[in-house]
Amino acid sequence: MNLLTEFKEAVVIAWAALRANKMRAGLTTLGIVIGIVTVTLMGSAIAGLNATFKRSISGIGADVLYIQRFAWFMSESEWRASRNRRELTRQHARDIERLSDMARAVGVESNGNGTVEFERRRARGVFVAGNNEHCLDVRGLSLTAGRWLSASDVQVGRPVCVIGSYLAEKFFPFGGALGSKVKLNDMPYEVIGILEKQGSFFTGANLDNQIVIPITRFTDNFSRWPDLTISVKVRDPAQMENAKEELTGILRKLRRVAPDQPDDFAINQQDALVSFFNRVGGTIAAVGLFITGLSLFVGGIGIMNIMFVSVAERTKEIGIRKAIGAKRRTILVQFLVEAATITFLAGLLGLAIAWPLTLVVDRYLAADMPWWLVAVALLVSILTGVISGFIPAWRAARLDPVEALRAE
Amino acid sequence: MSLIRIQDLTRRYVMGSETVHALRGVSLSIGKGEYIAIMGPSGSGKSTLMNLLGCLDTPTTGTYELNGTNVADMDDNALAEVRNREIGFVFQSFNLLPRSDALHNVELPLIYAGVPVDERREKARQALTNVGLADRTHHKPNELSGGQRQRVAVARALVNNPSIVLADEPTGNLDSRTGEEILALFETLSRRGNTIIVVTHEEDVAQHARRIIRIRDGLIAADEVNPNPRAAMKLESAQA
Repeated sequence: MNLLTEFKEAVVIAWAALRANKMRAGLTTLGIVIGIVTVTLMGSAIAGLNATFKRSISGIGADVLYIQRFAWFMSESEWRASRNRRELTRQHARDIERLSDMARAVGVESNGNGTVEFERRRARGVFVAGNNEHCLDVRGLSLTAGRWLSASDVQVGRPVCVIGSYLAEKFFPFGGALGSKVKLNDMPYEVIGILEKQGSFFTGANLDNQIVIPITRFTDNFSRWPDLTISVKVRDPAQMENAKEELTGILRKLRRVAPDQPDDFAINQQDALVSFFNRVGGTIAAVGLFITGLSLFVGGIGIMNIMFVSVAERTKEIGIRKAIGAKRRTILVQFLVEAATITFLAGLLGLAIAWPLTLVVDRYLAADMPWWLVAVALLVSILTGVISGFIPAWRAARLDPVEALRAE
Repeated sequence: MSLIRIQDLTRRYVMGSETVHALRGVSLSIGKGEYIAIMGPSGSGKSTLMNLLGCLDTPTTGTYELNGTNVADMDDNALAEVRNREIGFVFQSFNLLPRSDALHNVELPLIYAGVPVDERREKARQALTNVGLADRTHHKPNELSGGQRQRVAVARALVNNPSIVLADEPTGNLDSRTGEEILALFETLSRRGNTIIVVTHEEDVAQHARRIIRIRDGLIAADEVNPNPRAAMKLESAQA
């Protein structure tokens, strides 16, 4: 109760003191404003990166295991040791389909880049995916028109394709895509389906600039040495670890790996990507926030300086207040509140500047300003005030009333 | 039962290599409702005595009982509470907060005492009315005359019903007419039972008190009853 009264009084005093020294308070605030702007922008860039990453890895299903020759993240020595592994084949995929109880669908994929043409229009750097009939389910895709590759398309390697929404708009702005023939590296493919719009991956790749052809076509016409990925969608996402074990057993048997030998294949999953991103992203965030935090630190020193001036100027006032009955705590709270008020206002101003900047940055780089970032920024600015105001406030609180009253 | 009982009070200051004996052993007893002047030339130790009486400072040796409690070796925070509750200060240079209006200045001791806002507004307004400033509540100190400022200070000193009003050269910064007004106010307060201690070096001011204590070289040189205290001229503005 008493403390609350003191606190209210302190806010009133702080406000009056700031109004009496508008120019000075404004200039001091500047350091904190800049600090808060940089820290907030850094935070919003990190938040934006995280959000984009989360959105894009949802394309890599959390319930999908990717059987590949290599692990996604390897040290150099690991890579050297696994360089000569045998390839994975479509036969492996068929065997897994037959032997596995835990797999719901088994996809076969291989990817590349190519040029796609239709009449006189041309798209370069198109993401070319060789898929089998199960990839629609495994990759979690959906179609806006037409159909997906059928089992027989894949079996006999029919020259058909499913195109991404970007390609569909580019080549067929007035419709009529289905049934038309586009050329992929000079080979004609009939369009049988159009994918739903997906947006871009966090690496910047445009997933709608994509063409899907039967994996058999892909291995025959597109790439001589395809690196096949067998993507297994697991029936029960809670059973990922068990599924991994089952698949390991099946593959070791299929590939005749001796019991004393390590696996000659890798089973990758989204987790690996997430943990890799978290590690890298965490480092970037720590370093970035540290560097931008320095500017806040400099601003804090400015606050400390101005609070020393404020205490010195108001020694007489402190004396009067003490004579009338202000305790040490009261004076301490008064000056802490004053410092925190300055930095809180600076924080608000900083956010007001950072917010439109975030919108600008967002046009080039993913940036996001979630509410918690706003809360953290304000909390940090108040804390900066309290911390940098503490020594001056403490000095004020300990002033001898007789001495203080004598001051002019 | 005396309000203030002082025994062998000394106060030394160490200034570099020199030790200054500001008070060399003062014993004194002051009863409730007294109107006292403490007199002495500068350097006599009267300011030191005032600081000790006002609990702004603690003695080097000796005891000081205020209202039955020994305040001689209390710490900073405890003294702040005693000052808030027991003592109302009136200073030579008024010592009002320049950025606050009269009402807020008078409210201040109540804020530190933790009095709820409605009650303290009411009390502060009443205190200002008692010193004749009911129509000046929202004036800042620089919008008031010297005499009005000192009356705000008196209102502030009285608002918390302290045991003692301690005035340090209360008329020093006022012209003689306004000074008389303040002294008249003190007389009124004294008649109503307030204990008033005025520290001054002006004989004229001291003659208004009913008891005069003279300090010289850190000791009490004289402590006598004033047989016929001078009455301050009547004034109309401070209706009490």
